[in-house]
Amino acid sequence: MIVLEHVAKTFVSRGGEEVAALADASLQARRNEFVCLVGPSGCGKSTLLRLVAGLVAPTAGTISIAGSAVTEPRADTGIVFQAPTLLPWATVLDNVLFPLDMMGRLDAAGRARALDLLALVGLTGFEGKYPRELSGGMQQRAGICRALVHEPDILLMDEPFGALDALTREELTIEVMRIWRERPKTILFVTHSIPEAVLLADRVVVMSARPGRVAEIVEVNLPRPRDFDMEARREFQQATHRIRELIFGARHARAG
Amino acid sequence: MHAPAKTRPRARWVADVAQPVGALAIFVALWELMCRVFHVPAYLVPTPSAIFTDTAQLAGPVLMHTLATSETVLLGFAASAVISLPLAVLITSSPLIANAVYPLLVLTQSIPKVALAPILVVIFGSNELPRVVVTFLVAFFPLVLSIAAGITAVPPELIELGRACKASRWRELWRIRLPYAVPFVFSGLKAAITLSVVGAVVGEFVNADRGLGYLIVTSTAFFKVPLAWGALVLLSLMGIVLFQAVVIVERVFFPWAIDVDKQTL
Repeated sequence: MIVLEHVAKTFVSRGGEEVAALADASLQARRNEFVCLVGPSGCGKSTLLRLVAGLVAPTAGTISIAGSAVTEPRADTGIVFQAPTLLPWATVLDNVLFPLDMMGRLDAAGRARALDLLALVGLTGFEGKYPRELSGGMQQRAGICRALVHEPDILLMDEPFGALDALTREELTIEVMRIWRERPKTILFVTHSIPEAVLLADRVVVMSARPGRVAEIVEVNLPRPRDFDMEARREFQQATHRIRELIFGARHARAG
Repeated sequence: MHAPAKTRPRARWVADVAQPVGALAIFVALWELMCRVFHVPAYLVPTPSAIFTDTAQLAGPVLMHTLATSETVLLGFAASAVISLPLAVLITSSPLIANAVYPLLVLTQSIPKVALAPILVVIFGSNELPRVVVTFLVAFFPLVLSIAAGITAVPPELIELGRACKASRWRELWRIRLPYAVPFVFSGLKAAITLSVVGAVVGEFVNADRGLGYLIVTSTAFFKVPLAWGALVLLSLMGIVLFQAVVIVERVFFPWAIDVDKQTL
């Protein structure tokens, strides 16, 4: 579905220096696979997501979705950001409809879909509310609806729970798995949380920093549906241990 | 999370209205008392009662002067608003244009308006136009700056979302950037309306046959000092009323912007 081959991205800083955000990243995601990207700050996770979204162009290498090269933003990808960044002047429903409006594809079917999605994330009754009247978790649920309203096949999530408190975070993690089960999609999910990545993903892409590249891809062999009780399982602990080892080195991982 | 302190409506009324009005009344009473006790001559500092009676006696002409100044203020303010918006859009559209236009704007601000006013009279003639132009020149700069700040303050994620939806630059401006700038536009408008009153008076000092600024110049020339003070009070009241009018327009048409105001400005 998504194929990255030897992708590199170099930014030119204000001072004219070249900064390598990503060097030689190769990766494949199968249709309807849940792939998490973890790694230290500066490993190019967010850059990788923006490359797949077609928002930035690679310096080297190729990115393709369903066999065609990504050269510009595509209608079959949806994005969820770390901050919900809803429009403060628009109601929850209008916020969810915003991408359709921007694409010039606003119609009755789209509205029905938006209401469906709001029901799916438990925001029925909040359609007419404004973002400021919602909690952070509810705003991010609306943000997820906004990313899904044009029925993308691919969902790109850039640390979507990074700004939420720990409890809301667990709740939304379960929620995302439920949404993915009911509306299967290929998901690329960037996170800083190793347990979150292991719980969510079919495969966890572990990245290393400076320059950013793929260190290893860890398969997670946990049955679905999953919940937080699985943290006690041996497969879970093996996976998190392996990822910590890759990120921090062997000694630190054993101590932690 | 910000939870506003829950105060009873009565207590809030006391804090918002009764206290400032009470303080003002005490101030005016003390002023009156001091002037009478120390026999301060009226041509130095007139008593509040003399200011009131002298101004009220000429209610008709004073009203005419007030309306004349209001007209200049509102025309100058309208010109600032109408010109600042496209100017801010232009400046933010590319770094090249920003680099070219900013120095020119700063130049217009470094010219003393009082010095420029007589030259404007020569150019535009002895009429309303030079006064409106001076008002505009005094008021527009902070407005351009705050609108430009608002247009560029949009979270980068929203711009990315727009690009991901392949929105045109026009649509991005119209549907994301400009609405996002509304709270900034209003903070600029609040500065501009206050400065417009200043600009109108500067214009009237230099060339006018009516208006509150003209009234101050002529009444002090004839030692009708209480009347000059009356004009001063009316100018302050005009400033407050017009400022509140901008606040009310924001509250009625953009209620969401008030919250954003508190959070980010």
